[in-house]
Formats: sequence, C-alpha cells, structure tokens
Amino acid sequence: MKLTRRHTLMLAAGSAVAALLPMRAAAAAEEAIAAFTGGADVGSEGITLTAPEIAENGNTVPISVSAPGAEAIIIIAAGNPEPGVATFNFGPLAAAQAGSTRIRLAGTQDVVAIARMPDGSFVQASREVKVTIGGCGG
Amino acid sequence: MISRRDFLQASMAASAIVGASGFGNWGRLAAQQSLSQSDLLQFDTFGNVSLIHITDIHAQLKPIWFREPEINLGVGSNKGHVPHITGADFRKLYGIADGSASHYALSYDDFTALGQAYGQMGGMDRVATVVNSIRAERPDALLLDGGDTWHGSYTCYHTEGQDVVNIMNLLKPDAMTFHWEFTLGSDRVRDIVNNLPFAALGQNIFDAEWDEPAEDFAPYKFFERGGVKIAVIGQAFPYMPIANPGWMFPEYSFGIRDQRMQEMVDEVRGQGAELVVCLSHNGFDVDKKMAERVTGIDVILSGHTHDALPEPVLVGETIIVASGSNGKFVSRVDLDVRDGRMMGFRHKLIPIFSDVITPDADVAAAIDAERAPFLDDLTEVIGKTADDTLLYRRGNFNGSWDDLICEALIEERDADISLSPGVRWGPSIMPDQDITREDIWNVTSMTYPNAYRTEMTGEFIHTIMEDVADNLFNTDPYYQQGGDMVRVGGMGYRIDVSKPIGERISDLTLPRTGEAIDPSKTYVVAGWASVNEGTEGPPIWDVVENHIRKKGTVSVAPNTSVTVAGA
Repeated sequence: MKLTRRHTLMLAAGSAVAALLPMRAAAAAEEAIAAFTGGADVGSEGITLTAPEIAENGNTVPISVSAPGAEAIIIIAAGNPEPGVATFNFGPLAAAQAGSTRIRLAGTQDVVAIARMPDGSFVQASREVKVTIGGCGG
Repeated sequence: MISRRDFLQASMAASAIVGASGFGNWGRLAAQQSLSQSDLLQFDTFGNVSLIHITDIHAQLKPIWFREPEINLGVGSNKGHVPHITGADFRKLYGIADGSASHYALSYDDFTALGQAYGQMGGMDRVATVVNSIRAERPDALLLDGGDTWHGSYTCYHTEGQDVVNIMNLLKPDAMTFHWEFTLGSDRVRDIVNNLPFAALGQNIFDAEWDEPAEDFAPYKFFERGGVKIAVIGQAFPYMPIANPGWMFPEYSFGIRDQRMQEMVDEVRGQGAELVVCLSHNGFDVDKKMAERVTGIDVILSGHTHDALPEPVLVGETIIVASGSNGKFVSRVDLDVRDGRMMGFRHKLIPIFSDVITPDADVAAAIDAERAPFLDDLTEVIGKTADDTLLYRRGNFNGSWDDLICEALIEERDADISLSPGVRWGPSIMPDQDITREDIWNVTSMTYPNAYRTEMTGEFIHTIMEDVADNLFNTDPYYQQGGDMVRVGGMGYRIDVSKPIGERISDLTLPRTGEAIDPSKTYVVAGWASVNEGTEGPPIWDVVENHIRKKGTVSVAPNTSVTVAGA
C-alpha cells in the first residue's frame, strides 16, 4: 500500500481521474486502430506481444512485440489518455520484425499490438497489464 | 503416463500416519505412542531419483504451533479444488480420520485440543534427522529449498539472515529460490548468495535496467543422480517489487515470464535433461496455470502459498507438490526415470512432529549456539493468552493474531481504523500460554516494520480494499499475488469474492457506532509494512509489545467484522 501522506493524496486524486477516463480513452484507442487498419478485419495468428501481467512500476512497463514478416507494427495503450505508444516500420532489409520499448500506463488496461502484413492483412495481440497499489502479499 | 496405482501409493503413504480417533480421551503420551519416527519416515524407496522439498520456513528453526487456515477460498476454475478445501471437507477428500495426527497437522479445527495431544511441529534439527534418514536410503537425493527461508524471526532480523543461512548450510541443500530474502536488501542478498555452497536459481530474476537475465542468479542447474540427468529450474516469487518494497532491490525485475520458462525447459531438454524439476515460489494456483501453459516440466515443487497437500496434483503430465510452511513438513518424492522420461512416482508429505522425531544433535547444538547471544531478549515474557484465546494468523480474512495487532495499532497509535498486511507467515500461540518477545517477532519481523499513522478518505480506504481483494480473488491466477486479505481493525465490511474489482467490497462501517464509512470523510488510519521508502513510525513489534504488556493477559473475541459472500 502507498501510505505516506503525499502518496495517499496522489493516489486518491489518481483514482478520481481514472474514473473519468475509460470512455474517452476507449474511443481514442478505437480511432487510432481504425486509422491504422482502415477498418479491415484483424486476425490473431503470427504476432506475439510480451508484457508483464502486473506492472512492477506503472511509469515504465517493458513490452516487446514480434510479428515475423510484418511491414509495420503499432502499439496502443488502450486505457491511456493518449493511447498511441509507438509505430515500428520495417524496410525490406530488416532482419527481424520485432521491437521493444517501455511505456507508461495510467492504470490497469489492455496493451494492444497490431501488425500490417505485406499482403495488406492485419493481425493483433493484446495483453491486460494490471497496475496495482500492491504491498500486502506474502 | 502416471497410473492410478501410483496415485494410490501416494495416498497410502499419506494415510500411513493416520492413527486412532477419540482425541478427547487421549493424553499426549497415548497419542504420541501411536506415532513413531519409523512410521513417519517409512517409505519404500522407489525408482532411481529422490527429491526432498522444504519451503517457506520463515526462519523458524525451533518447533512451533501452526494452525492451518479455516477459510482459503478459490475463485474461477480453482473454486472448490485443492488447496481451497479446508477442515472436514479436506479430511474427507484425503480419507483422514477425525482426531488423527493428520487432522491436527493438516486442518484447523480442534487445534487446541489436538495440539495438547500431538505437540509442536517443525524444528530444523528434526528436519535434519528426516533429511539424513532419506539420504541413508538414497545417498544422492536432491534437497531443494523453495525460499522464504531467511526471513521471519528475531534472530534472523538481527543477524540479517545469517543464523538461518548457517543452519541450512548444515542440511546441505542442492538448490534454492527466493522471495522475502530480497527484503534484506540486494547488497546483503548478493553477499550471501556469492558465498552459498549450493545453487541460487531464478529464471525470472532479471536486471531491471536492461531487462536481461540477472547475472547473480542462474536460471537452472544440472545434476547427475542415480544415472539420471536432472535439470532443476528456479522460479522466484514473480511479484517481489509489488508485494514487497521494490526500493530495497531496485536493480532486479521479476514477473512470471512463462515464455522464458518454456525456453529454459526446451534448452535443458536439448542438452539431454531426462527429468525437469521446477523449484517454484509462484504459489499453488499460479503453478497450476504455468503447468498448463509450459510443456515438458515433470515436477513442480510449489511454494509461497503455504499449502500442505498429502498428494501431488496432476496437471497434464506435470505433478505439483506442495510442502506446507514453517518447517511443519518435508516432502519426499521418489521418481522412476527411464528412457529419458518420468515413468512413475511415489510421494509422501512427512509431518515433522517435534516430540516424535529425534533432533539431530549437531544441528540442535548449532541452533542453540545461534540463539545464545539473544536468549535473554528472546525469552522475556511480555504477557500471556487467556484460556479462551488461541492466537493464529492463517486464513483469507482476519485471524486472532491480526485482531490483536490491529487493536494494538488503534490503541497505541490513537487511530480510528488499522490495517495489517495479509501475510501467511507467523506461528500460533496456544491458550493460557506465555507470550515472549520471540513470539511477537515471529508474527511481525521484517525490514520495513514502521507503524505509520496517516489520514485517508473513506473512498481511498475502499480503493485499497478493492485493490488487495483483486490480488487475492482475481479469477486469473496470474493476477494473484498469493497473500491473504488485508486485515482491518475498527472497521467492518462485506466482501463478495465472486465479483470483479471495484464491486467486491461494500458496507464499510465503524462497528463501534454502527455508522457507515463516508467516502468523502477523512479517517485516521494506522498500519505497518508499507512498501514506501521513508515510512515513519515505531517498529510494529514495539507497538504490539507495549500493548500486550499493558494488558497482561490478552483475550481476543471471535471476529465478526467481515461478511463473506460469493464463496
């Protein structure tokens, strides 16, 4: 548990803000996905997204994605006020179509990766990453 | 691959310790005469490999009382499955007679009466006798320590784990993995690990900065035993920086990392491993899910959630063995490994009845030597329990030890509400028994003990309760951290364990007045074990000691402040 006076206030404020976020954030995530896929159907084979089940620190969450053969991969943090995280573009000489980065998550949410394949199709993987107060396990 | 007959052999071994019933009329002597060391250790050596598993000792070098949980709820697909079965249902499942030694060791009810008959359990000198006896039958048996070893007592705190390290080294383990050890601080952990005469394993211990495997811990180690090439892969507690203070070990990152676990299994199989053992501190339900997702592990030796199971649980072709906590049990698993695969097993959960198993003299002397410099402080009597009060902790919700600690926090820190962490360690105290300083430290010892006093809104208290409840009752085991529910003093609540986060906790009230908690009102809250750096306040053991000293004799009424639904 976060229990200094300062953290208490920060968290209390954070939870109040979080309550307002999901609707707006979800809409922004859908927009970002639609802009990338152009509304095409999205499959689920051939893409691997690695992310922790529970973030050790919501301010810097390591994630990695791999989609062999992809032309481009976008990463979306569906619950963030600005859901766009990164776009990886791969040229014809790229040895591997994979990338990793660290992202900041406003709260528990789905992290989504979508890859555009050379034939114009799209594949998607998503992982729920939990951001918790923690501190009472044992 | 594993026949029903093998399972029957496992359950037969467990039932070998079931004695007669009718505990009410039994004196301690009569009850113990039905048990003998040779019965407890009886085992027809099987196959060509023996594993010895001990875990979650929590620095308990001496015998202790330890009451198993009354409430241990499973959710989702684990609802109603072991280890989420307790009391009479547990005994019925395993064919354990009421009033038997196994009843006392493995379930919670009639604990006081049966304890008088069967005595304390555990003690690393007794464990040494058991380990030596198994090694007499199978000299190259592997001894594997699942972690939570260098934490949990007065002497462990004051020697920064050295007392337990010294004693465990006498038992000559072959490998170990970790959890609370890291709360000694990463410098101290490396200091000990670099001098360990056995393997320190954790495939999921990573360098936090580079997100690469940490150099201080190997992912696995190979052993050649009984002509079999065995790989032991370590799995440390996945949620260390979340459940414990990450600032104490900032250079490490953890997580379940089951994809890497699969890579490690494939790697050791590729190098010729005929038997793959995972020494895990995941917790039981996490291990079950990992066994479903990772193929090629023969045996998971499971720790963290303190479950003691008389039989392994089979998931696919993996057996999962749970060996209890606090030195109460040692598991022996004999395996028949032929043609590069596990063909069968025989298992026994050996209960360490301290009055029945002869202490190993060398280890007993070494334990006393570790305690000698502290003996006066350890044995000082602070107060006693009333004849109606058993102090215990284990269970999903408040135990009587926690109720006493929560009462101490409210009275000593002048608070409205108190919070105490839902840890699963901490032995019990029998009714009408002296409470020594050692007893208080056994339920409070940690390196972040400060008892804070702060203000929280009703809404924030609710947020904390929901957050902790989700760490326990999320239907996906990978989101469970393995502790119990935060203990609460001065406040009642209702919990529906079947609901999602945000909807489980309701009806927060102040029982003193019957008044509902107001989300916008501010309350004074006292608690301890904050994971935040710089938390201020006296150490919890001083708060509890002062309180018990003032009371003299402590009596704790049954807790009625938590209403549980959806179970």
